Amino acid sequence: MILFGQVLEVLIGGLLSGVLYSLVALGFVLIFKASGVFNFAQGAMVLLAGLALVRSLDFLAAKGIPVWAAVMLGLLFAAVIMAITAWLVERFVLGPLVNQDGLTLFMSTIGATFVLEGASQMIFGSDVYPLRLFPNDAWFLFESVFPGGILVNKLDVWGGLIAGALVAGLAVFFQRTKTGRALRAVADDHAAAQSVGIPISWIWFVVWLAAGLVALVAATVWGTKLGVQFSITFLALKALPVLIIGGFTSVPGAIVGGLIVGAGEKLAEVYLGPHIGGGIEYWFAYVLALAVLLVRPQGLFGERLIERI
Amino acid sequence: MKADVEPRLVSASAAAMARGDVLLSVDNVSLSFGGVRALRDVSFDIRKGEIRAIIGPNGAGKTSMLNVINGFYHPQGGIITFKGKRRHDMRPYLAASQGIARTFQNVALFRGMSTLDNIMTGRTLKMRRGILAQAIYWGASQREEIRHREAVEHIIDFLEIKHIRKTPVGKLPYGLQKRVELGRALATEPELLLLDEPMAGMNLEEKQDMSRFILTVKDTFDTTIALIEHDMGVVMDLSDRIVVLDYGRKIADGTPGEVQGNQAVIDAYLGIPH
Repeated sequence: MILFGQVLEVLIGGLLSGVLYSLVALGFVLIFKASGVFNFAQGAMVLLAGLALVRSLDFLAAKGIPVWAAVMLGLLFAAVIMAITAWLVERFVLGPLVNQDGLTLFMSTIGATFVLEGASQMIFGSDVYPLRLFPNDAWFLFESVFPGGILVNKLDVWGGLIAGALVAGLAVFFQRTKTGRALRAVADDHAAAQSVGIPISWIWFVVWLAAGLVALVAATVWGTKLGVQFSITFLALKALPVLIIGGFTSVPGAIVGGLIVGAGEKLAEVYLGPHIGGGIEYWFAYVLALAVLLVRPQGLFGERLIERI
Repeated sequence: MKADVEPRLVSASAAAMARGDVLLSVDNVSLSFGGVRALRDVSFDIRKGEIRAIIGPNGAGKTSMLNVINGFYHPQGGIITFKGKRRHDMRPYLAASQGIARTFQNVALFRGMSTLDNIMTGRTLKMRRGILAQAIYWGASQREEIRHREAVEHIIDFLEIKHIRKTPVGKLPYGLQKRVELGRALATEPELLLLDEPMAGMNLEEKQDMSRFILTVKDTFDTTIALIEHDMGVVMDLSDRIVVLDYGRKIADGTPGEVQGNQAVIDAYLGIPH
């Protein structure tokens, strides 16, 4: 019973931290679905959103504004910043590159990454800023069943709830609305989309805005966990195996991929680690991704490419 | 409410513009890519309610002509007048919003999406709810979806593709893909429908089906059609008037009978040296 309780604890902890990876991966999926571009700047966008939020909160708190109002205003301010970023990216980076090769667009997002990282730290500062939007303490469940109960971090639970709501909303938006359909159409064929009157630049703006807002949500959760700081941009690297496992084009795939990576790396760390040496957590996800690439290159939920020969 | 759903029978501008009036005219249009002159001083017109075929040997500039009409290419010279207004700096988005729809030579569908969703994209310009209403989804935006879904179901019935409604189009045979593409263009309720080789790669039965659809579209949807086609039997049967291009120049223009007997056309097709 003690062993089972321990496995359960590791598993739950892993799944919940996996949800946080999913939050970052979601931003990638949105942009990839709608423009076929792998957006290297997603990590930088999380940093920018987090900095905009935490710095405006600090500013408002110093003015003596009540906490709930400050949080509302801070979120609004950060959302506006992300909207401006989306507009600038569409106008100056992607807009001039319509109909260019995917690799060209990918390179341009690398450029955008450096600009965003530099600009956001120049404007908002480059320290570690603590953010306390969600409770970040432990919670013990099932104490009557397992001795000592099962430890769950409240922040992780919040993250899970938010990610779930976000995915449900995005799924409805993509499947059921005009703009969602237009997004998928633009991803498939620029010329055909234009011919039925879909304005590509507007669609791209919407996509980057959505990715920016997802980045903001990710920043609230990760910022509470780690503090808002430069190293948050490295989350983008953790999202890569999540995407490979779940599939680049699938919103549910990003979630399932995150869960697999989160649970897998925690379980491996605890149960494999003692046998083959610790520190597994840092590379286990990439090995998992490699295995998936060998068996199912499109990922678990990705669209299989059908080529006419 | 009902009128909003049924495919338009007579549009406002169609009422003002009697059958037989000029819908689109092309005057001295020239287009070149670097040193290649794709179109040279081409002039012709398309009248309201007719089927106008554009034919010619490979590389004659037929597809370039369609691309100019719907705004993908910008001609270096010439004037294009649509619905009595001279067009400047046309872009595909504007062309679509003014009532020009098209299909493509190599089927250009949204391959990952179902037949239904592909045709629904044709309703994009007809749907007016803003992005916020869509994000909330329930209420106004959902009602709008349902209304336009009805219009799309009419088109699906008409094209006899009910059985593949939910199938991803990438999995459909070529002939059906062409039909879905026609459906998507019809969903925009175009006044001018451009068809780029609608029968290419089809067997006889599929060609007959497609011919029937094209004629019905012309008669019941009151849509003017410009089509490019290589099957001369189909062209002669379907079209009211034919314009013939060769090496970017117009070499003949007239009824099927006139064009058939035209020496320049016969020479172009049989490869008499210029």
